[in-house]
Amino acid sequence: MASVTSATPAPGTTSRNRLAGKGWPIGFGIAVLLVFSLFEWILPNMSGALPDFFERWLPLTVVNQCLIWAIMAIGLNIVVGYAGLLDLGYVAFWAIGGYTAGWFMSGFFTQVKVNVFGHPAVGQASGFHINFWFVLVIAAAHCALWGVLIGAPTLRLKSDYLALVTLGFGEIIPEFFKNADDLDLPWAHHFDLSHGTRGITPIDAIPTGVFHYLSSGVLQIPAELGPFDDALKFLVYSLVAAFAIFVSLRIREGRLGRAWLAIREDELAASMMGVPLMRTKLAAYAVGAAIGGIGGVCYTSAVGGVAAEDFAFSSSIILLAMVVLGGMGNVWGVLTGALVLQWINGNGLKELGNTITSVTGHDINFPSYNFLIFGAILILMMLFRREGLLPETRTRQVLREPERGELESVGADLEGEPV
Amino acid sequence: MSQTAVEAGQTRSFRALRDHAESGLGLALVAVAILYLLYKAVASPARFFDAFLNGVNNGSLYALIALGYTLVYGIIELINFSHGDLFMLASVLAAFVVVTVFGVTTASVGGVLLVLVGLVIVMVAAASLNVTAERLAYRRLRRAPKLAPLITAVGLSFVYQWGGLRSNGSGQKTWNGIFGDRGFSVGGVKISWATVVVISVTIPLLLVLTWIVQKTRQGKAMRATAQDQDAARLMGIDVDRTIAFTFGLGGAMAGAAGVLWVESIGDTRWDAGFRLGLYAFTAAVLGGIGRLDGAVLGGFLIGIVQSVNDAGVLPFGQKWSQTVVFTILILLMVFKPEGILGRPTTEKV
Repeated sequence: MASVTSATPAPGTTSRNRLAGKGWPIGFGIAVLLVFSLFEWILPNMSGALPDFFERWLPLTVVNQCLIWAIMAIGLNIVVGYAGLLDLGYVAFWAIGGYTAGWFMSGFFTQVKVNVFGHPAVGQASGFHINFWFVLVIAAAHCALWGVLIGAPTLRLKSDYLALVTLGFGEIIPEFFKNADDLDLPWAHHFDLSHGTRGITPIDAIPTGVFHYLSSGVLQIPAELGPFDDALKFLVYSLVAAFAIFVSLRIREGRLGRAWLAIREDELAASMMGVPLMRTKLAAYAVGAAIGGIGGVCYTSAVGGVAAEDFAFSSSIILLAMVVLGGMGNVWGVLTGALVLQWINGNGLKELGNTITSVTGHDINFPSYNFLIFGAILILMMLFRREGLLPETRTRQVLREPERGELESVGADLEGEPV
Repeated sequence: MSQTAVEAGQTRSFRALRDHAESGLGLALVAVAILYLLYKAVASPARFFDAFLNGVNNGSLYALIALGYTLVYGIIELINFSHGDLFMLASVLAAFVVVTVFGVTTASVGGVLLVLVGLVIVMVAAASLNVTAERLAYRRLRRAPKLAPLITAVGLSFVYQWGGLRSNGSGQKTWNGIFGDRGFSVGGVKISWATVVVISVTIPLLLVLTWIVQKTRQGKAMRATAQDQDAARLMGIDVDRTIAFTFGLGGAMAGAAGVLWVESIGDTRWDAGFRLGLYAFTAAVLGGIGRLDGAVLGGFLIGIVQSVNDAGVLPFGQKWSQTVVFTILILLMVFKPEGILGRPTTEKV
């Protein structure tokens, strides 16, 4: 497959190379700066219809949520899109990352008093208060560890069994956090690890470090980002998303990424070519989990708390729909899919319903159609455009390629699609 | 590949030995579990048998749902992820038909007959829905990579959940079964009439299903299609129709489970299908997926384990029940994916 692609570059290869090369950070940076200046400088100084329009259709908090979901979708893309391992319990890593932030960035553990460049809220001296940027690293490492622990025994399963086992973990881990407010451990009775359904709140603010001293008249940067510094938070989440994109693209080009694609396309052939299956799959799990954990920390810091109710099975499926809609394996497709779907989920659908209601007079509760829309996206994409809206060239070729045995049997039966 | 006959023979005997060891280990684990339960039964019999009967009741329902998974998996190797939500829709429809339309809430001869009529209606409806889903979604994907039908099934399950949300609301609704919680007691253990009804409907259904698969022409076609679709087609079997029939059978079982659920447990929730579907899938895997008797055995085992844990006989307690069942699923998948009754298979290339 690879030799065919390299001998006759298919249309689209050039565009992928352009995006995967050195050029994308400039485009991404310009886009981020445009959005930032729009919300920081242009909109607050305007009056009239435009700020209202943005307040209704695209408030900054929704933009931030979209970015955070995009980070996690990019992480899931490594597992599902690159390595071809269907993970239906990705929300587990989100939960682990979120609780890592909850433990290390709040006054939750009243037994200890640790402060590593942290910014505790007033009256919260006890507990772990570790700097947001360090917690990102800790959560990534913690989740990668769990990715390996979960993956090691399960990855030798066939694809559909693997999906069910990951689903099991995706249910067990949030339920563990839900029930973990009263653990009977050998060394501590009634140990509270998660506050159960009440959740851990509040979470420390994001510190800005040296950037605080750079603030000038145009752009005031406080020492820590409070609840109303959404524009600056937008920059932070954009930076994290850019990091996730960078990691995805760089690994994709390297030896490990090519091994993932080989496994996705034909596991048996890949192992015959000397790809170590277990190690490569575990790497996919670990990297995907680490990015999910980073996304979890961002989510926790954005909503200011972490509770077990946030981690439902539907979140795993919505993330999967983002990856599938955008185009499995293509980072830019996944990014677009995540931004669009989370906007629909967060604000678009509601406002569309309100608009239709005010125009026609019929009361349409659009958000109640959420499940129908996401289910229909998954089904219709699989039926009619399996490779996603912005497909990777390689994915398209593989997904449209009939299997050899089926070509042979086509003479017996010509039902279905022409091959 | 380039083995001599002697080497191949040695490998085979070694493999046989390992198989024996593995199945022995599995049986030993099951035996330990049974011994533990027996010990508990002797220690506090009334509580244990209450939980046990409750487990048999739930287990019958799990077995009926598990049959839908195992039938479909047996024939096209697809985990029909949306099956649990099909059951959920069936339970909502059952409550609507039996309680709202027929208005049956008390036990009488007419009431029982109307429940039976409702059973048939819901079974037919669930079967039709499953056949429609197969026709519209899965049939086109039969030759696609395995990821595609699985993701489609997940999408379908979301659509079903939306249907449940629209028809049943976002909360839980409780319905009165015709027997309520009345029953009779044998030796201090209370047996509710609902459990009797569940068992006396489940067992004939299982017998009919076994008869269809083992003895009829259609069942023969199903078994042939499961073995080799192309060969079956060459033998003149209408493969599409056979697969649709299998989906119909599975759907009918889910429909029956829905009616029995309303009559025995009595509450409907839009998100019940997800958890119950997973329990039933665990049951199917536990027994050996693709085998009808395995699904029934697994259903009863999972039902009993869950109820015994709910009742506090196991040292975990109710809030960990889901975790216990899913842990069983994961351990099984990792160590014995072929289940109790299944045989290990090698992957086809």
